[in-house]
Amino acid sequence: MSPTLQEKIKAVALSLALLIVFVLAWHLYVQAQQGPAVEMDEELAALLGPQAKGESALPSPWDVGSEIWGHLSDPFYDAGPNDKGIGIQLAYSIARVLTGFGLAALVAIPLGFLIGMSSIAQRALDPFIQLLKPVSPLAWMPLALYTIKDSETSSIFVIFICSIWPMLINTSFGVASVRREWLNVARTLEVPPLRTALRVILPAAAPTILTGMRISIGIAWLVIVAAEMLVGGTGIGYFVWNEWNNLSITGVVSAIFFIGVVGMLLDFALARASSLVAYED
Amino acid sequence: MSKQKPIIRLEGLEKRFPNPEGGGDTQIFGDVWFDIHEGEFVCLIGHSGCGKTTLLNILAGLDRPSDGVLLVGDQEVTGPSLDRAVIFQSHALMPWMTTLGNIDFAVASRWPSMTRVQRAAHCQSFINLVHLTGSENKKPSQLSGGMKQRVGIARALAIEPRIMLMDEPFSALDALTRGALQEELLSIVAERQQTSFMITHDIDEAILLADRIVLMTNGPEARVCEIVENTLPKTRKRADMHTHPNYYPMRNHLIEFLVNRSKNFKAEIASAGYDPRRPPIARPAASGPAPIPEKVAS
Repeated sequence: MSPTLQEKIKAVALSLALLIVFVLAWHLYVQAQQGPAVEMDEELAALLGPQAKGESALPSPWDVGSEIWGHLSDPFYDAGPNDKGIGIQLAYSIARVLTGFGLAALVAIPLGFLIGMSSIAQRALDPFIQLLKPVSPLAWMPLALYTIKDSETSSIFVIFICSIWPMLINTSFGVASVRREWLNVARTLEVPPLRTALRVILPAAAPTILTGMRISIGIAWLVIVAAEMLVGGTGIGYFVWNEWNNLSITGVVSAIFFIGVVGMLLDFALARASSLVAYED
Repeated sequence: MSKQKPIIRLEGLEKRFPNPEGGGDTQIFGDVWFDIHEGEFVCLIGHSGCGKTTLLNILAGLDRPSDGVLLVGDQEVTGPSLDRAVIFQSHALMPWMTTLGNIDFAVASRWPSMTRVQRAAHCQSFINLVHLTGSENKKPSQLSGGMKQRVGIARALAIEPRIMLMDEPFSALDALTRGALQEELLSIVAERQQTSFMITHDIDEAILLADRIVLMTNGPEARVCEIVENTLPKTRKRADMHTHPNYYPMRNHLIEFLVNRSKNFKAEIASAGYDPRRPPIARPAASGPAPIPEKVAS
């Protein structure tokens, strides 16, 4: 059921009302936190951050808003290793996520096909999958850094290893649950195996595979922030860590906003892709 | 019926399944012998559980018999073939393909060297044949149950098979749609002289469509009880079929089988000389046994 126009307007109005309430509450909280400034050495005050000046530790909505605006108005500047535009940092992270995710798809989808089509392969590989799946991707980090040595490749590896499981499991499930009758149609038409795989099994399993990909990209985007905090250098995770080291809570909050927006866009892109392969039975 | 060489011969087909509780196999059916001739329409009637679908799957080559031989022409069937098209009970259309796409998938499999344009023209003629003109680009979800099964029929006919196998193709449809489709199928099959084999449990469907009706007893250990030759004229129509004097004898004979004889067949074998290789032939007619169906006045 698609919502009517009136329902849509109501939903948007409610969203805006919630946003206003949230921003207002935030603003009031920040105001309530303000106290008298303490007399101290200027350098010490700079190290202690806004609290030393009697301001709230939490930046006000307006601070964050102008910071976000500042990032948006010049996203791609590059002023040395510790000072790059948010656009560049996000681009690094997105590139890593897409590389790791793409490699994982290249492995998981064919392997998932194999597992889905052969119950022997399914039984043989299941213990490995069950054992490796629950391992936190970050637990692989030291091993990756030790063996691969390159920090860039290590973070891609971590993305790879965390994206692979949902795609693998969903592909094998989707392939295994292709309706027997569709396969029988292909058999009675003497369709060769590769053509059956591409014209029958793949489209039949595509919605399930896409769901797995959507879960994977969500996890990958969660993990990249943590991985980049550990690895450092570039990326939105490193940016958050750097802003924290600079005690710029405003920077951290605006980074959270950007992380959320990009994550939403990635999910949206895969949702669109899955609506393209969806079929109504 | 036809005196020429049969195109399909079932010789002592048997199917056993392993017993779930162990302790040997359960025989679903056995000693199934009958032939299907060129241009003939044969129906098989039996209660559920007598292995009708299994038998059809064996004919299609999707399943193997545990024993016995299935011959198409003079070749033993070892797997599915484009010679034998199947119309599935649940239409089995690919929901992501359009009407045209579903039929084209079959046509492209049959004639891989055909060009796209040739295939489109070929598919279109079969879409027109089943009266789906205008629904070429609709997905199955946009079609009614009857229309879906029309696509299934067109897909099976489009590959121009030697024999068309149907597994209760109309059982999921409402009575009105079923009637209309039966009538259309009858005229298409008659016009094209399409050899057909259909599984059904609908007596009227069998009387309307079939030249011969194979009666299968209840499983397990189902047998071919009898082969009934249709004594109604070939020109029979759904609308006036029931006015023919032979209609009720036919119908009663089949009901009697489904209600009583299918259960007590083992006793029937014991009493009479039953030869599974030559199941008895029945010709139910208004007064005494009709000599040959063609001579019965319509």
